[in-house]
Amino acid sequence: MNKISRRKLIYGGVAAAAGVGGLAIADRMAKRYGLIPPDGGGVYGPGETLTYACQRLLTVNRPAREFPRSMISKNPFANEIAAPTHEFKRLEAGGFRDWRLVVDGTVAHPLALSLADLKTLPVRSQITEVACEEGWSYIAEWIGTPLSGVLREVGVLPQTRYVWYNALEKNGWDSIDIAEAMDPHTLLTMGMNDGDLPVPFGGPLRLRVPRQLGYKSVKFVIHITATDDIKKFGKGLGSVSPEYGYAWYAGI
Amino acid sequence: MVRATHWLTFIAFIALLVTGGEIVISHPRFYWGEVGNVNTKPLFVIPIPASRDTVPTGYGYVMPDQNGWSRYLHFEAAWVCVLTGLVYGIYGLVGGHFRKNLLPGRRDLNWRAYADRAAQYLRRKPPDSAEETSYNVLQRATYSVVIFVLFPLIIWTGLAMSPAFTAAFPWTATLLGGRQSARTIHFIDSGLLLLFLVVHVTMVAVSGFRSRMRAMITGYGSDSTCDSREDR
Repeated sequence: MNKISRRKLIYGGVAAAAGVGGLAIADRMAKRYGLIPPDGGGVYGPGETLTYACQRLLTVNRPAREFPRSMISKNPFANEIAAPTHEFKRLEAGGFRDWRLVVDGTVAHPLALSLADLKTLPVRSQITEVACEEGWSYIAEWIGTPLSGVLREVGVLPQTRYVWYNALEKNGWDSIDIAEAMDPHTLLTMGMNDGDLPVPFGGPLRLRVPRQLGYKSVKFVIHITATDDIKKFGKGLGSVSPEYGYAWYAGI
Repeated sequence: MVRATHWLTFIAFIALLVTGGEIVISHPRFYWGEVGNVNTKPLFVIPIPASRDTVPTGYGYVMPDQNGWSRYLHFEAAWVCVLTGLVYGIYGLVGGHFRKNLLPGRRDLNWRAYADRAAQYLRRKPPDSAEETSYNVLQRATYSVVIFVLFPLIIWTGLAMSPAFTAAFPWTATLLGGRQSARTIHFIDSGLLLLFLVVHVTMVAVSGFRSRMRAMITGYGSDSTCDSREDR
C-alpha cells in the first residue's frame, strides 16, 4: 500500500515541524505569563494547562455573573463540613471575638485582623452563584470586604504570584493566582443574605472565589499568605485538592 | 483526514462518556433554570445510588467518589474533541467534504427520498452500488445532525456550566435558561450521542463488521477497486 506521495510527506513534515515549533513557543509564553497551573504536570497536565490558560485570558476584567435579588435561593444547600475542632468551638463560644485572620508572606506589613477590623474596611455585597463540582448550585447574597483591599492594606509586593489561604480545619488549604486574588469579586465574606455568615456556610469568615467552583471558596479562613513560589506549600500542587485527585484550577 | 479525526473523536468520546457518567453519579438529579440542589424540586432523577451521602437517593449505599480524575480526564478529552472538531470543521468546509459527502443533496430534500431509504432498510434490501462510495440520505441526515447540532450543543452546554467561562460570556448560560438547564441539556445530548454510537456501531456490524472497519480505518472499501474515496 505505497500510496503516500512525496507531496503528502512534505506537507506532513512541514505540519509536524510547525506543530512542534508552535508547542515550544506556546510553552515558553505560558511559562512567562504564568499560564501553567501548579498541577500542570502528569497525564492531565496538557488539558489542565489549556483550560487554565484560556480561562485566565478570557476572564481578564470579566467579573463573575451577578443576579437580581429575586433570584436568591430560598433554601440554599450548605455542603457537609467536618466536625468542628476544639479550637473552633472555643472561638465560637466567644462569639468569634478572638477570630484572627493572619495576612503575611510577600507583603510589606504583615497583619493579624479581627472580624471587627475587617468590618471597618470597605463593605461589598454581591449576589453570586455557588456551583459545586458535583453539579448542584444556589444563589446567595454575600457580604464582606474584597481580598484585594486587604492585600493593598498590607502592601502586597510586586513579585507576588499566588495567594495561599488556610482554614481552621485539617487539610483546608488552597491558593489562587494573583489575578484572581485582585478581582473585586474575590470576597472575604462575613455576611450572607443580610445576616451573619452561618457556620455551615463557612462562617465566620469564608473566602468566596465566585469565578471558580465551590471547593475553592474555603470556609473558616484564618491565614492568608502572599507568595512568589506556590511550590513550597504541601506537595507543590497549589492546593490540597490535587493530593485528593481534584484539580487546583476550578473555573470549569 | 476524516478517518484520523473520526478515530480521535471516538477515543475522546469514550473518555468523555465514562467520566461524564462518573460525574453524574455524584449528583444524579437534574433541574431546570439557574439553580438546583437537594433542597430544590428536580426535573427528573436517575434512580441510582449517588457517590455522595448528601444526596437523598433512597439507597442506603454511597458509591465510591471518582470525580477527581474523572473531571481531569473529562476536560482533557473535551480539548481533544474540540481541537479535533476544529480541524475537521475547517477541513470539511474548505475541502468540500461537508458539501460533497455530508449535507443532503438537492434531489434528496423531500420526504420521499428518506421514506424510500428507510423502507429499503426495513425490508433489509442490500444497499445500492452508489452507497459503496458515498453516504445515503439517512446517513447524511443523521451525521449532519450529530456533527452540526449535537456536538456543538454539547460543547456549548458544557462551557455554560463553567463559572469562569460564563463570567466572560454570560449569555452562554442565560440563553439556555440558566446553568442547571445547561447541565440538563448536556446530559440529554450525551444520551442522544450515545444512542447514535449504539446505532452507528450496530449498522457497521450488520453491514459486515470486518470489511466496514477496514474501510473506516484504511480508507479502502471492501471492493478493492475503490481507491478514490473522496473523503481521505
